Amino acid sequence: MSTRHAFASLALAAVAAASACGSHGAASSVAAAVTGPIAPVTSSSTATATALTITDPWVKTTKEGMTAAFGTLVNHSGTDIVVVSASTPFAPKAELHEVVNSGGKTVMQPKKGGFLVPAHGTHVLKPGGDHIMLMGVTKEVKPGAEIPFTLTLKDGSTFKFNAVGKPYAGAKENYQPGGSHG
Amino acid sequence: MAGAGVALTQPQDRTASTAAATGATTEPFHGPRQAGVATPAQAHAVFLGLDLRAGVDRDGVTRLLRLLTDDARRLTQGRAALADTEPELAALPARLTVTFGFGPGLFQAAGLAAPPSVAPLPAFSIDKLQDRWSGGDLLVQICADDPLTVSHTLRMIVKDARAFATVRWTQRGFRRAAQTEEPGRTQRNLMGQLDGTVNPLPGTAEFDRAVWNSHGTTLVLRRIHTDLETWDAADPTAKEFTIGRRLSDGAPLTGSREHDEPDFQRLTPAGFPVISEYAHIRRARVEDPASRILRRPYNYDDGLTADGVPDTGLLFASYQADIARQFVPMQQRLAEADLLNEWTTPIGSAVFLIPPGCGPDGWIGETILT
Repeated sequence: MSTRHAFASLALAAVAAASACGSHGAASSVAAAVTGPIAPVTSSSTATATALTITDPWVKTTKEGMTAAFGTLVNHSGTDIVVVSASTPFAPKAELHEVVNSGGKTVMQPKKGGFLVPAHGTHVLKPGGDHIMLMGVTKEVKPGAEIPFTLTLKDGSTFKFNAVGKPYAGAKENYQPGGSHG
Repeated sequence: MAGAGVALTQPQDRTASTAAATGATTEPFHGPRQAGVATPAQAHAVFLGLDLRAGVDRDGVTRLLRLLTDDARRLTQGRAALADTEPELAALPARLTVTFGFGPGLFQAAGLAAPPSVAPLPAFSIDKLQDRWSGGDLLVQICADDPLTVSHTLRMIVKDARAFATVRWTQRGFRRAAQTEEPGRTQRNLMGQLDGTVNPLPGTAEFDRAVWNSHGTTLVLRRIHTDLETWDAADPTAKEFTIGRRLSDGAPLTGSREHDEPDFQRLTPAGFPVISEYAHIRRARVEDPASRILRRPYNYDDGLTADGVPDTGLLFASYQADIARQFVPMQQRLAEADLLNEWTTPIGSAVFLIPPGCGPDGWIGETILT
């Protein structure tokens, strides 16, 4: 299943839901309140992973050091999917992170147990929230570039996608290695 | 309608208005041609001229255009851009269009030959061009019926562009607000004239021949300063004589309605042409409809001096299939003799190819750069 098709069905569902409310009779010339279309095309590699897609994947641009990737993971299956690790050729180390309040300070740390994408649900990766952290970036993440990622799922299958490099001022949370939380 | 009990709980201003809000209205983004040319002109515009940074090559230009296309694709449809820090501002596109144009420098950076007429215009005797309003490698034309939407879109575009390019100029313009007149009316400029009466009509064969070519179209953007202080000193008869049209309704001096054909042969009882040999509409006249230009102008009004003298004029946006065949000869005739030249001065000039549009998987410029 391609991301495009996956999104199209979600968009239709959203439009249908909006119409069901019947308030403004969304015509084609009026903007529907649907979240964005897809940028990069994603591909999946194994059976479980075909149930998973990502919408609007992007990476904060950087020449070196740390950066982070975001997007919305979508589970099209009736079974929960757990992402347990991530990798990219642009950095030797990528971690699944969460942002937590630790002693009045916002810090990020590895998320124990990975990202759970519930059956027929989504898991949002966003600045200030869960994200894929890249450490020791060895190859510049250029604006507009397609950065490949591979996610490994709990059952051992993998899911590949490309995220686009975007200049972004935020996503500067403090990193607390190892994690003291949970 | 709300029941009486509900109405009583509403503030008065909530029940008084019956006008429908139009901010959610969209213009299509995808298609063989870019929007923002044949699109009925929106009320607000900003034209952004960018210069590519040294070392930005075809790969860089490609990445830039993919990013900006994605921003435009989302924002024009009322969706936040990717990594949009103010996604709430994207919700009301108000007929937003984002149109891209390639200047000679973009072709050079990409190692490509520019189409022949995408080059600086020949010098005209009336020009007093300033560098700060001229040239540019990449144009982004942002138009919407809402100025907040225009600002948010500009902000998003610039944030994605500045790793690749520096800002050469920003030119903001306006027309009548969206609800002030019926759609399709000719706009008035700050000199008080109806401006753009003789314009190809979108959807006609003449329009297609006048505006589109195999690459898309071209834009000549001229910043034309108008001297309202000396224009004030001209009396209404002199103003109408200058243009060849009535100020009140734009009718030619030989006619009674705006769209009446001017009679350039008609003489006064004293034997002089009713429409002067040097009247603006005679000098600008192009008989073949397919050789006319499409004007989509915006007014600018950029503040006052201490003495109250305004910095006003027109962002004269002219679209045509072929600059050399259509724009240049007309501009030459105007430069040689147009009574209006006494009050108007071109101070900026830039030329761009407006490449074709794209589909949902594509990006603006893909047919040229790949």
